[in-house]
Amino acid sequence: MTDTPALVKLQGISKSFPGVVALEDVDFILNKGEIHALMGENGAGKSTLIKILTGVEHPDSGTIELDGKLVQVRSPQHSQELGISTVYQEVNLCTNVSVAENIMLGHEPHRFGSIDWRKMNEMAHMAINRLSLDIDVTQPLGSFSVAIQQMVAISRALEGLSSQVLILDEPTSSLDMHETNLLFDVMRKLKSEGIGIIFITHFLDQVYQVADRITVLRNGKLVGTYKAATLARVELVAKMLGRNLTDLNAISKVKTQEEEKKEKELLVAAKDLGLKGSLEPMDLELYAHEILGIAGLLGSGRTEMADLIFGIDSPDNGTIVVCGEIMKRHSPLESLKRGIALCPEDRKAEGIVGDLTVRENIILALQASYGWFKFLSKQRQTEIAEKYIKLLGIVTPSSDQLVKNLSGGNQQKVILARWLATNPRVLILDEPTRGIDVGAKAEIQKLVVELAEEGKSCVFISSEMEEVLRISDRIAVLRDHKKVAEYSCGVDDKTLIHTMAGEL
Amino acid sequence: MIQQSHVTQQAKLFFFRYGPLLLTFAVFLAVYFTGGRLYPVMQKPQVFFNLFINDGSLLLVSIGMTLVILTGGIDLSVGGMIALVSTASAALLRSGASPYLVIPLMIIIGVAFGALMGWIIQTLKVQPFIATLMGLFFARGMAYIISLTSVTIKDAFYKKIALTPIYIPFIPKAYIYPTTLVGPIMLLVAIYLCFFTRFGRTIYAMGNNEQSALLMGLSVPRTKIMVYAFSGLCSALGGIVFSMSLLAGYGQFATGMELDAIAAVVIGGTSLSGGIGNVFGTLFGVLIHGTIVSILQFNGTLSSWWTRIGVGVLTLIAIGIQSVFYIRKKHS
Amino acid sequence: MRQKSFLGRFRESQLFWPLVAWVIILIFNAFVDPSFFKIGIMPDPVYGNHLYGNLIDVFNNGAPLILVAIGMTMVIATGGIDLSVGAVIAISAAMGAVLINPALGNKLISNEILTKDATNTPLAIIILADLAAGTLCGLWNGFLVSRVRIQPMVATLILMVAGRGIAQLITNGQIMTIYYTPYFWFGNGYILGLPVSIYIVAVVLLLGWLLVRKTPIGLFIESVGINAKATYYSGINEQNVKLLAYAFCGFCGAIAGLILSSYVHSADGNNNGLYYELDAILSVVIGGTLMTGGRFSMLASAIGAVVIWTFTVTIYSLGVPANALLAAKAVLVLVVILLYSDYSRRLINRLFERRRGIRHDTAIPRDTAS
Repeated sequence: MTDTPALVKLQGISKSFPGVVALEDVDFILNKGEIHALMGENGAGKSTLIKILTGVEHPDSGTIELDGKLVQVRSPQHSQELGISTVYQEVNLCTNVSVAENIMLGHEPHRFGSIDWRKMNEMAHMAINRLSLDIDVTQPLGSFSVAIQQMVAISRALEGLSSQVLILDEPTSSLDMHETNLLFDVMRKLKSEGIGIIFITHFLDQVYQVADRITVLRNGKLVGTYKAATLARVELVAKMLGRNLTDLNAISKVKTQEEEKKEKELLVAAKDLGLKGSLEPMDLELYAHEILGIAGLLGSGRTEMADLIFGIDSPDNGTIVVCGEIMKRHSPLESLKRGIALCPEDRKAEGIVGDLTVRENIILALQASYGWFKFLSKQRQTEIAEKYIKLLGIVTPSSDQLVKNLSGGNQQKVILARWLATNPRVLILDEPTRGIDVGAKAEIQKLVVELAEEGKSCVFISSEMEEVLRISDRIAVLRDHKKVAEYSCGVDDKTLIHTMAGEL
Repeated sequence: MIQQSHVTQQAKLFFFRYGPLLLTFAVFLAVYFTGGRLYPVMQKPQVFFNLFINDGSLLLVSIGMTLVILTGGIDLSVGGMIALVSTASAALLRSGASPYLVIPLMIIIGVAFGALMGWIIQTLKVQPFIATLMGLFFARGMAYIISLTSVTIKDAFYKKIALTPIYIPFIPKAYIYPTTLVGPIMLLVAIYLCFFTRFGRTIYAMGNNEQSALLMGLSVPRTKIMVYAFSGLCSALGGIVFSMSLLAGYGQFATGMELDAIAAVVIGGTSLSGGIGNVFGTLFGVLIHGTIVSILQFNGTLSSWWTRIGVGVLTLIAIGIQSVFYIRKKHS
Repeated sequence: MRQKSFLGRFRESQLFWPLVAWVIILIFNAFVDPSFFKIGIMPDPVYGNHLYGNLIDVFNNGAPLILVAIGMTMVIATGGIDLSVGAVIAISAAMGAVLINPALGNKLISNEILTKDATNTPLAIIILADLAAGTLCGLWNGFLVSRVRIQPMVATLILMVAGRGIAQLITNGQIMTIYYTPYFWFGNGYILGLPVSIYIVAVVLLLGWLLVRKTPIGLFIESVGINAKATYYSGINEQNVKLLAYAFCGFCGAIAGLILSSYVHSADGNNNGLYYELDAILSVVIGGTLMTGGRFSMLASAIGAVVIWTFTVTIYSLGVPANALLAAKAVLVLVVILLYSDYSRRLINRLFERRRGIRHDTAIPRDTAS
């Protein structure tokens, strides 16, 4: 093979932040015309590596070579000029301007010195068609769903001037199966054009569907780079964890057999519960000692349902009866007082209070339930916090550490601790393991099982079907904002998929 | 999202985009016609042109303010700038400097001052509120230092521009002054900038989400500095127009004008959080302000402080309208 | 975890920088004009012997600003802002004046009825009405922000613009002089030689401290300021928290108006408390509370207000012409900006760390047990 220089060559990259070593002496090579998956648990350093490539951060040491030439990426603008285009996990576009503008912003076509809107709309339309989408590019981006917005983001990345490198950071988290396959087709096409793609994802299936090579990072260090064809899944996960997988295997044996029908106490009965524009009227029953799994695609109404039960939204139809009493007022505080807790989907926006300490975050809901006049003393607060830090294995130097400095998995545990501290009878978990490393995932699943055994009723919402199948006693399937089916444990994944797709 | 008929969806989108502007226009018409009904004198066409004559500086300042607010910032220094420019030009003219030197100099000062504030905001990461507050103190402070008392302008060129009316064709007895034209011209410039240049589109992107704009590779730092420089330019022009209209320079000029400008921008449909709105609405915001003042003048008995209450009430209404139109759905 | 020395903890507390700023100004005065610090005893037949001097003036004249800064801190901590405090001062002053001496039409009640000791309303009622008026204004602002969901800057802008008009409405457009002597006590009286206003400030600070540190309200306020949504999801009524913050700010503004109008013996709708909001916000910034909300300290903002007043008094006593005060204030703001900017903070922190030997916090330990 001729010695063509690699498209991107990172050598000896190190980067530290106050108190944390994010990357230590990492090498990374991306070739022309390859799809290269970048994997690792939270805290492994993947996002830092990407930020260095895109100019958001600057390495403390190490070199970056593009096409054999040494470069320093000064800023996101500069990285785009160098031919590196990035699509981020959170849609980083502007919802107040049109789709066409979002695609072309920064390199709009000009005529006589001013922006040529007609040409811009045409070019945008062509770009969108490349992804087999057909939408009105003159409408503001905000009027489309998150999935469409994500596709527009990808479209923008592809339109970048002379893109040589495409970085996709968790691009499929908002896409359904059809859209994901579309994306993969486009990726393969770009690969054949010689573009190098760095693909970051948590979904193992997807990695094996498209990636040529896989790089694994762990604790800021490089574990290794492997060919996807020769690396078994189990091996990959082991390398990401750096240890055995007995934990995961242990749990997967939990719920394959039918449990004996115990007389379970009915805690929450929702009848005809609905909200116009959000959820079609549905019935739902939550029993003690039980895990109810909620399966459904993104946008099927799972979070809306959780928000309705917890009182974030007030239903305009139906009733919720908690332990025999009808709920007359709907608010998080009311639900809290009745023993219902919700661990929300978006932990950054709806969960953690970043600038408060771990201790303050943990006791927050408990204090809320005590009201304005009964004050938890600092000593009591610390006691409670320490208890849950130990129970959930939260990794933090002390309970006075600011929550924003913790890794994603630990932040999720803090939120969980917050709700456990209120001693709820019903615990609703909306995507509790999203964006968390495999080890912490297993811990949380194990915890949920234990909570159910103690007598709580757990509602487990997740996009990952395997987890839902693994631990649920019953599974409710949502589609298009209504409940379409309910299964007991032991159902197989094929049935679930068909139900979700609408074929059953 | 649960399906809606195509027509309803189109109608909804139209209203979301143009609703606030149409409403502001409607409010202006309503206020103006109310005035005309109450005081038949107001029905004379000259009254309409007087709005532009009297509020020329306010219009200029509000145009600059609109662009700044669109990026999510604010500029509290505009009133001080007018005071400084008026006092400085009056002092310079009094000591014999030529107006052809003074006017460009004032413009340069305005742009430089604005750029400096923009630089402090961008590079030192200071909140726009604090930085432009400092600008206000500084500009008005300098005006006081130049002269504590009012300085009359006796320059011939200034006098000519201030006192020569331009008659409007086809409308009898209607006229404006040369200085009146500066506002509308800058309005057109601003519209061009906002909708036909990358500078303007970057402003809208920044207002929506500065982090996104940065990651999209837009030159956010440069645009931020430029937008404050533009506001400085508008304030300087406002100061020139002000000093020409009153033929004087005084440190106490335009006290509180920044508030009136912000109110005009908000009433015009621009959101203080940035990213939404346009200068065209600001024009109507300024006209509404002027109409209220006119109504009070024709009434004669109510004191000027009713203007304050009136503007306050209107701002409240405008915000109410905005919150209806600009609410975003939680789960889209 | 290493034990932090008292000095270390103090350095990291929010009070450190504003105190440093104040000390710098005092040191400057010590060199340039030591007479600044002169404190004497003034015999006074009306109010009794009391202390007087520049430093006393700072706290006495600065009391209204300190009060407004304290109230503003709570509002800013929730992530909001209150531009209407100046107008609240004017309204409160107007209420006081009018209750003492109501105007009939355009004429004031004739002087035969009024003497230095006569008022149309008992003092206690006047005080209550003042406080109620201010708190009501605060509640109005809080209502707009928390229930109607209007942005704080815009919501309080309305009262700022309309408020002076309301004050004028109350006094029927006139500047009202107050003749009732007991009313003057708030701004001019002395207890144990120190001005009454200082005691009032101390009481309000104490009240505020009890409110935010001895109840969960302080935690709720900080939580709302940092992440209002997460706070709501945690079962806290963030609407009521904000309402309380704005009401408290209005309350403080009312007291400030009382002291101010008492001091100048009049109520002037146009000029009472003019530009106070800007100074108050500046005080809070000097005090180290971020304008985006979150952790706050009312004492630090109080110190910030003292810094501003000390600066002002210094400028005057140096003989700087009055017309240069505004420009001098601009310089003060610039210095504050530079001192509090990220760059200089990092620089100074690095300087301190180098003195003690560089000690990084231990890296967050990686998952071992799981």
